Amino acid sequence: MTDALLTGANASTEVPLKRRLRRAERTRQVKALALVLPLLVFLLFTFAGPIAGMLWRAVDDREVRQVLPQTIAALATWDGKDLPDEKAFAAVASDILAARASGTIAVAAKRLNYALNGFRTILTSTSRNLKAAPEPGTARETLEKINPAWRERATWTTIKDASGPVTGFYLLAALDLTRNVDGAIVAAAPDQAIYRNVFTRTFIISLGVTALCLILGFPVAYLLAALPPGRSNLLMIFVLLPFWTSLLVRTCAWIVLLQSKGVVNDSLHWLGIIDEPLRLIYNRFGVCVAMTHVLLPFMILPLYSSMKAISPAYMRAAASLGAPPTTAFLRIYLPQTLPGIGAGSLLVFILALGYYITPALVGGAADQMISYFIALYTTETANWGLASALGAVLLLATLLLALVYGKLVQGQQVTGGMKN
Amino acid sequence: MSDHSSLRTPSQRIAWTATIVISTLVFIFLIAPILAIMPLSFSSGSYLTYPLPGLSLRWYDDFINSPRWMNSLKNSMIIGVASTLLSMVLGTLAALGLAQWKSRFKPLVLAFVLSPVVVPGVITAVGLYFFFAPLGLTGSYLGLILAHTALATPFVVITVGATLQSFDTNLARAAASLGASPLYAFRRVILPLILPGLASGALFAFATSFDEVVIVLFMAGPEQRTLPREMFSGIRENISPTITAAAVILTTVSVILLATLEGLRRRNERLKGSSA
Repeated sequence: MTDALLTGANASTEVPLKRRLRRAERTRQVKALALVLPLLVFLLFTFAGPIAGMLWRAVDDREVRQVLPQTIAALATWDGKDLPDEKAFAAVASDILAARASGTIAVAAKRLNYALNGFRTILTSTSRNLKAAPEPGTARETLEKINPAWRERATWTTIKDASGPVTGFYLLAALDLTRNVDGAIVAAAPDQAIYRNVFTRTFIISLGVTALCLILGFPVAYLLAALPPGRSNLLMIFVLLPFWTSLLVRTCAWIVLLQSKGVVNDSLHWLGIIDEPLRLIYNRFGVCVAMTHVLLPFMILPLYSSMKAISPAYMRAAASLGAPPTTAFLRIYLPQTLPGIGAGSLLVFILALGYYITPALVGGAADQMISYFIALYTTETANWGLASALGAVLLLATLLLALVYGKLVQGQQVTGGMKN
Repeated sequence: MSDHSSLRTPSQRIAWTATIVISTLVFIFLIAPILAIMPLSFSSGSYLTYPLPGLSLRWYDDFINSPRWMNSLKNSMIIGVASTLLSMVLGTLAALGLAQWKSRFKPLVLAFVLSPVVVPGVITAVGLYFFFAPLGLTGSYLGLILAHTALATPFVVITVGATLQSFDTNLARAAASLGASPLYAFRRVILPLILPGLASGALFAFATSFDEVVIVLFMAGPEQRTLPREMFSGIRENISPTITAAAVILTTVSVILLATLEGLRRRNERLKGSSA
């Protein structure tokens, strides 16, 4: 229509005008992008870059390479089937002497000890007892005399495995897997295989909290959606106030309420219901209660908005066609709340997966979720490779679920638009 | 909507009553813990249980006279205000740009901009810890402000973006056709209209920073401890009534933020109503 008008009005300048318009539009687009750019650069520096760095640490393996360079070079052609030749022994002796001089033995010892318990002792004892570079041809004999572990094939495969520059060691460890002496991927030793257990625990707690939030949140969202706006706005304060209250305040409140000399136990004792205080906190129960309290608003709000969008006319139509109330609810109302249930449940589940503060404060040792171990290995034991690998697994799970959530919410908007 | 005043069958009445009863219990579950710790902060005794032996302000006195607590409150304010300002600038610019930008990459860029909300706090914190340490940004105000800005900006982009969606672009065109420069049009036409959206964004950003504790746990030195961080150690070590006083102060800030936000929302709805 506009085109026709333009053509009619001034046919000779049609092309330049179109081009001018297109150019103006292009300038507008460039300007728009220029406005977004500062934030993108900022997030690259404060968010994406750091996370990429963490992911890199999950596979980065350069410590041993830097401390034992000659050994790594000598082992490059070793087939791993038998003990390496004299050259490798001489290289280890020379590397250890050099590392002792520069004080870097501990760096390699720490990394190798992750892979083979006791490796630290092998390196420190060798370093302590190796007086000088062994005579040519006697390196093997000398080292084996100092520590018989140099006679083990596993000692050498461990060094070769850790030769870097990248490794799957930490990622495998995060899934309770390891490489055996022949390089095959096998289950890790039972005393080190704890992470699958932790992931399962994280998953179960998150699932339980999601279920609790759904059970408790559904009636509340239904009530809020059914009440007239004035009253539902008032009741909404009960949902929004906890939502806005600091996580620390809410966690602290639960400790005050649930501890053995806390408000709940005191009241129950006073009422004569219990003689001994119940153990309500620093266990799974406390974690679930506190997490449900924190995450419930995230379930109620999306449920409420999906229920609010359901026209009461549907239920009236069902009733007028003779459907009993239960049937109408199950067949007409409930299916329409499914997108809201899906969105709320996924949101709560995603948030619960990464929980750290609440389990750390109200959970016992057996209730710590994956985030706790990531934090522990980062700040306490400084096993950064493992912390990063566990982080990578958690990040992957979160992003996959977030992708599903995005599709779900997007789909909802589309159908919502079509209905109107 | 008030169909429920004329419920026909007894089973419907029972279901409705059950909904009310369950909802009431859930409301109590949601609100009772927060209400329960408030009176304890006014206790004259040092046990965190009822009945209170007497009323006093000694724990607030303790809070105010403790350099540790007051310093943490000051830090929370400094970091909160600074990261709010920074995220307002970055977020508003980005929201303005995203509103005009047409590209098939837009959903991708939007997902990236909003991702700090989804990624677990521990992961962001560990990444920043590794990344900022060599740059000397751990144990510094600047590092915490930058980190909190990254977490807070998505909320600004969402709130300001939502306001811009309901903004009538013809008004900007009208201003331009009347000879206003883009900057003048922004200041006199666009800004006053999107101001409530900006204010909500700022409140969200401030609340995000004010509440954040995981990144502070990893990155703050003893000098930069914020109020939630101090509460974290307090809860870990031993819960004294001073913590409940801190909790009441934090909750008061939350209530003020929530009330302001609600006021802005009401004002916005009223304006929409009068223009229709």
